[in-house]
Amino acid sequence: MGGFSFDLCKRNEMLVQKGLKQPSFLKTGTTIVGLIFRDGVILGADTRATEGPIVADKNCEKIHYMAPNIYCCGAGTAADTEAVTDMVSSQLKLHRYHTGRESKVVTALTHLKSHLFSYQGHVQAALVLGGVDMTGPHLHTIYPHGSTDTLPFATMGSGSLAAMSVFESKYREGMSRDEGIKLVAEAISSGIFNDLGSGSNVDICVITKGKREYLRNYLLPNPRMYISEKGYSFSKKTEVLFTKITPLREVVEVIEVGDAMEE
Amino acid sequence: MNVADSAPAMNNLIGSDADSQRTLYPYVTGTSVVGIKYKDGILLAADMGDYLACHDSGSYGSTLRYKTVERMKSVGKHSIIGASGEISDFQEIMRYLDELILYDNMWDDGNSFGPKEVHNYLTRVMYNRRNKFNPLWNSLVLGGVKNGQKYLGTVNMIGVHYEDNHVATGFGNHLSRPILRDEWHENLTFEEGVKLLEKCMRVLLYRDRSAVNKLQIAKITEEGVTISQPYSLKTFWNFAAFQNPTVGAEGSW
Repeated sequence: MGGFSFDLCKRNEMLVQKGLKQPSFLKTGTTIVGLIFRDGVILGADTRATEGPIVADKNCEKIHYMAPNIYCCGAGTAADTEAVTDMVSSQLKLHRYHTGRESKVVTALTHLKSHLFSYQGHVQAALVLGGVDMTGPHLHTIYPHGSTDTLPFATMGSGSLAAMSVFESKYREGMSRDEGIKLVAEAISSGIFNDLGSGSNVDICVITKGKREYLRNYLLPNPRMYISEKGYSFSKKTEVLFTKITPLREVVEVIEVGDAMEE
Repeated sequence: MNVADSAPAMNNLIGSDADSQRTLYPYVTGTSVVGIKYKDGILLAADMGDYLACHDSGSYGSTLRYKTVERMKSVGKHSIIGASGEISDFQEIMRYLDELILYDNMWDDGNSFGPKEVHNYLTRVMYNRRNKFNPLWNSLVLGGVKNGQKYLGTVNMIGVHYEDNHVATGFGNHLSRPILRDEWHENLTFEEGVKLLEKCMRVLLYRDRSAVNKLQIAKITEEGVTISQPYSLKTFWNFAAFQNPTVGAEGSW
């Protein structure tokens, strides 16, 4: 049991050769980052989801909940990142019930990498996993084929080079919370403005020992600037000749009669 | 029925004997060049490594072959060129440019080609070669100062060309342009300009696998061109997470 059934792959290839246009995936073009600061981990992400050249979702959530002390950013195919993080999040909860302890980041890491490896890269999820557990703060990257890295700062997604250039020039160890947030916001902004696959807003999640803050839409650097002052007018409406309102539900009066219901 | 007939519908240009006459893949390549305008003129930076590139049969993989290649040269009195990509094509371009400048000098009319003219000439050369399916496999940065006017442009192997306050080739576009967009401003001093370029080159050194830690900075002002001696950048590798990455998770990586 287990493992991927590759039977349909050959059939799909044959169909493509015969001229079938394969449906495209909803991808999160994406800039996702993480860094370790003095008291824990800060994760950041942009909020644009693309379907080829079109922006499908202007304000999606790419920082996924794994455990109260662990969050995971996802780049790649949106369905894959969503499904795989949800699945491991459930597994972690069951594991917490079983052990009676707070989840460890390496547990999430191992679950994710075994799953991705067994699907040989077909589950296209590239993740930045971060959290603080009893052994300290941890930050990992996980690649679609199942390899992982342990890093002080990490970026993934199409905007990763733009974000990494910010980190490589400005990251220091032992930053304070405010410095860390500022740097993460700068890195994501670099991705938003220099990468076409990333855009819209900056989401941030700060995880420290015993506490996490999910700062949704921490920055909104792409507001809608130009709104027509004229407003919108519609052509003459249909004339109303006669109005009758029939409620769908009968309004019933309840009259208390007799004894209370018997057991 | 003659089985030996090759597909006659194919244009001669893409026929098999024409193949040996055109560039199919680059062989000896240099990596990014970064250029910025500053108060007195233009600054260019490039490293000195050249790699023997991997191609279809993969005979060399990616070997660092030459470590003292000058990828930046002066052109005439007012310009400087930096090249990434195939070095032999860069050497050919230098021959074209030397001839261009020579003919310009022979007019002896008191005029000399400025960076704008040289850039335009290069663009025509690159685009026309591309149209003949025989490109010069380079991305070029062309900068200079003439009569107080600073100019910085770029052109690549397919003929895409533009000018800006800061340009980069190859990986530099992804790693250096974001930094420059954020931190470049008008009237940088020479020291600020060099510091900014070094910041860009350091990120490239960390994140471009074909970068080497031996670079030169070229400066052009109204007075003329100076190309620095090669030197190395300081790097930092002592992050705590690098020392003991699997603490708390024995057996993982």
